[in-house]
Amino acid sequence: MTTTPKEFLNKDYKWGFSTDVEADVAPKGLNEEIVRFISHKKQEPEWMLEWRLRAFRHWLTLKHEEPEWANVRYNHIDYQDMVYYAAPKKPGDGPKSLEEVNPEVLEAFNKLGIPLEEQKRLAGIAVDAVFDSVSVATTYKETLEKHGIIFCSFSEAVQKHPDLVKKYMGSVVPYSDNFFAALNSAVFSDGSFAYIPKGVRCPVELMTYFRINQADTGQFERTLIVAEEGAYVSYLEGCTAPTRKKHQLHAAVVELVALDKAEIKYSTLQNWYPGDVEGNGGVYNFVTKRGKAMANAKISWTQVETGSAITWKYPSVILQGDNAVGEFYSVALVNNRQQADTGTKMIHIGKNTRSTIVSKGISAGRGNQTYRGLVRVMPGAENARNYTQCDSLLIGEKCGAHTVPYIEVRNPTAQVEHEASTSKISDDQLFYVMQRGIAAEDAKFMIINGFCREIFKELPLEFAVEATQLLKVSLEGAVG
Amino acid sequence: MSTTTPILEVRDLRATIAGKEILKGFSLTVRAGEVHAIMGPNGSGKSTFTHIMAGNPAFTVTGGQALYKGKDLLQMSADVRAKEGIFLGFQYPVELPGVKTAQFLRTAINAIRTYKGQPEIEFKAFNQLLKEKSKLVEMHQAMINRSVNEGFSGGEKKRNEVLQMAMLEPLLTLLDEPDSGLDIDSLKIVANGVNQLRKPENAIILVTHYQRLLNYITPDSVHVLIDGRIVKSGGRELALELEAKGYEEFKKAAAPA
Repeated sequence: MTTTPKEFLNKDYKWGFSTDVEADVAPKGLNEEIVRFISHKKQEPEWMLEWRLRAFRHWLTLKHEEPEWANVRYNHIDYQDMVYYAAPKKPGDGPKSLEEVNPEVLEAFNKLGIPLEEQKRLAGIAVDAVFDSVSVATTYKETLEKHGIIFCSFSEAVQKHPDLVKKYMGSVVPYSDNFFAALNSAVFSDGSFAYIPKGVRCPVELMTYFRINQADTGQFERTLIVAEEGAYVSYLEGCTAPTRKKHQLHAAVVELVALDKAEIKYSTLQNWYPGDVEGNGGVYNFVTKRGKAMANAKISWTQVETGSAITWKYPSVILQGDNAVGEFYSVALVNNRQQADTGTKMIHIGKNTRSTIVSKGISAGRGNQTYRGLVRVMPGAENARNYTQCDSLLIGEKCGAHTVPYIEVRNPTAQVEHEASTSKISDDQLFYVMQRGIAAEDAKFMIINGFCREIFKELPLEFAVEATQLLKVSLEGAVG
Repeated sequence: MSTTTPILEVRDLRATIAGKEILKGFSLTVRAGEVHAIMGPNGSGKSTFTHIMAGNPAFTVTGGQALYKGKDLLQMSADVRAKEGIFLGFQYPVELPGVKTAQFLRTAINAIRTYKGQPEIEFKAFNQLLKEKSKLVEMHQAMINRSVNEGFSGGEKKRNEVLQMAMLEPLLTLLDEPDSGLDIDSLKIVANGVNQLRKPENAIILVTHYQRLLNYITPDSVHVLIDGRIVKSGGRELALELEAKGYEEFKKAAAPA
């Protein structure tokens, strides 16, 4: 069998297939008409359209000035050369059951290892599957309803739970927060919504699987998770995209609200198409994720970022209430020409608030990455505590790793610790592992995996296994 | 016995590190069932020899040959040598943060099994084996659950090396100063472990400064290594002679005229 050079270069990204579905696509470009078009397509109430328009008008005032402080390089994005809405065509007004979902789409999710059919669905994980701009299916709905848990697409939430959406949407990430958040607020097409009532411990993991399929399409989804007093939820997010020659923009917003004593654990496996070895194609992953933790609440972000041509994201926690806890555990990997500027923000407002940041960066090929993290202790945050650990591992001679911590302390009782290290796989370690019979590439991978262990152990089991695999595939060729 | 192929035959081996010659014509033959002790002063090339046999790429072989089971050892990569049954117990075992001892050993065993065309070890069988072998060197479960050598004391690291040797069941074991930095209790544990792994079909090469270790592991042959060459070989009694006289006399004998 012969392989064309293109296939060869892209062989490592096994999620690179595309699905041939007839799609409902908006014309290219962005203007007020497109915002109205999206809102109309989704049959949204007036208040939602108004909110979008306010966001869009704010975005216009930003005059295409994207944030420039991040340590990433890319050509100017032409916002008029992009499609802002694409949905797989289906009979009727939207799938009411799986039978109505386009079989090609179901097959695509099967291929991704996320079967949606009742008999095949993942055990213990409720999935909301988002294909291009829309949610195509949500599993385990009945089980969740029994506990009063709402887990549905964002669009459905706008229709069926407008009071909750109105109350919490934009309460953590206002549309005026930043350039990409404003863009998302204007044109977001779908996403997931989860609501866990007071005192309820969600019996299954909730998962959203995002799939970009259509070419030249931006993906702008919004996720909103609200955990009422004393509630608990573990939420997983996975993402892949086909191999496309042109860059694709993904600008999502995620808002988490953990009320008193609630706990939200949010885990991400980000595996968007990273582009080829020369940096052609790949997803621009410009994402705003933030949670607000009230008294005695806990928000924990765990992310494994292996995909995307460029990653720009800082999952953050506003520690609003007393004794609130914020955590950020991250593995970010860049290979070939990938760039990542990622980290977190921990804003300590309440008394006795605690935060932990553990960031592991792996740079290979010509990849370049920056850890950027802010720890801010406000004047009222008596006895706030932060511990930050930033470790970088370099593979090869042409990659880069940078650490940019910002520490702002306005209360003298605060304790903030920051530790950082940069290392390489030592020849001694490599020889030791090989001397036990393990081949060079496996030996290196074993050492890299060990480097990430602290983070992987924070992931739910299924995700931890997947993360290990992902790391291996993403590093193929880099550790040979 | 002597008609069978030796496990290891090293002839006139020369090797350098960073341009400096360390081995200057090293020869040694090791047969099944034998335990050899190599003794010598600091810098004589003892550790270098063990690392070259195990395939450490930091060293460059510039001359001579090494046959393992009659095959050219120097052509094999480090992992292939291990798969073929060569084990090196390190003087300074390396820490592997985040890599659990059990997982490390299971991966190693399975790599070796796969190489030999055998099926991977079953989870239960592996745990049973690990439990059994840890008793040999008095390693507690708590230590096995930790990352390889991370935060281990000197003695614990050395015991962990013997545990790995017991798990991998090598044909040829090279122990590079297994006694260095050990108190007498740990030394006894390590020696006892090694003795139990001594079998008629395998061979062991011990490298040490001190004859003390040989009170616990009795060698068949003792070799004195001075300046990259074996200058004298003999039985157990040679170690005692060394202890009494020191290396000076041997150094004089080895010095070029």
